[in-house]
Amino acid sequence: MNADATTHPDHGPEAPHATRKSYLTGFMLAAVLTAVPFWLVLTQPLGAPGATALIVMGLAAVQVVVHMIFFLHMNSRSEGGWNLLALLFTLLLVVIVLTGSLWVMHHLNVNMMPATPEMTREMP
Amino acid sequence: MTDATHLRLAAEGAGPQFYMTEEHHPENGTLLGFWIYLMSDCLIFAVLFATYGVLGRNYAGGPTGAQIFALPTVAVNTTLLLLSSITYGMAMVACQEGRAKATLGCLAITGLFGCGFLGLELSEFRHLIADGAGPQRSAFLSSFFTLVGTHGLHVTFGVVWLVTLMVQVSQRGLTETNRRRLMCLSLFWHFLDVIWIGVFSFVYLLGVM
Repeated sequence: MNADATTHPDHGPEAPHATRKSYLTGFMLAAVLTAVPFWLVLTQPLGAPGATALIVMGLAAVQVVVHMIFFLHMNSRSEGGWNLLALLFTLLLVVIVLTGSLWVMHHLNVNMMPATPEMTREMP
Repeated sequence: MTDATHLRLAAEGAGPQFYMTEEHHPENGTLLGFWIYLMSDCLIFAVLFATYGVLGRNYAGGPTGAQIFALPTVAVNTTLLLLSSITYGMAMVACQEGRAKATLGCLAITGLFGCGFLGLELSEFRHLIADGAGPQRSAFLSSFFTLVGTHGLHVTFGVVWLVTLMVQVSQRGLTETNRRRLMCLSLFWHFLDVIWIGVFSFVYLLGVM
């Protein structure tokens, strides 16, 4: 610790400086982004399940970003950018794990030899 | 800086001069370390989500998601968790303003919302198991119980941690150590809400369609 540190007034645990306003903004956005997918699924205004599923997952992704910014105070400067770097690396791994698993297992299912009547009879 | 420069500086008796052209290094690495932990936790959930994504339609002749998921309960649960997030946010604001009483009050409300969430989830699990839709029924239900149960376990530990911090704050006040702990729990609590977004969207909402 050098003498320079005393000139910084905010030298407690590095505060993300959350304000009431930013929390409330995030809460409003999150509430809307939660209500819309529930409404979409419960009332099915679109008719097409595929489109509804796509929109639900899209809204979920947007809501994750909203939570990251307003609740977890993510930005490119916190902890000198290391937070963001760790997050991006994790997201890369998550994308690889998720798409990889779904892709591989989907093809495994599709290319499975169809069951013959004998096999179906012997199934538990 | 080359060796030659170092030597020249040493010879001049000036010593190396350091100056920061960017923001200085964080003094305390706890929050960064905790963030790294959360990222590893995120990977656990990614694996569980992938498992559910692969096995989520393997009903083995048992009940399907559309038959057993009660969306109103899930909506209430989601609301409880979202409300607990905002009350924790208010606790952090009160903590920054140095108001210990308000912080404790907000933390207590957060804990109650968390307990409400856990109660609803446990009663949902109890009903499912009583109806013969326990984790041993099908691959779908095994992966469902593992994913949602792991999240519930995290919330349980979050509540335990929250109560511990409430005792700490009421005994010692908003010391620097306690502020740091509150910030870590803040990250943890909001992170669980982020995971829940994935659960209610991917598992429940897509499951009933």
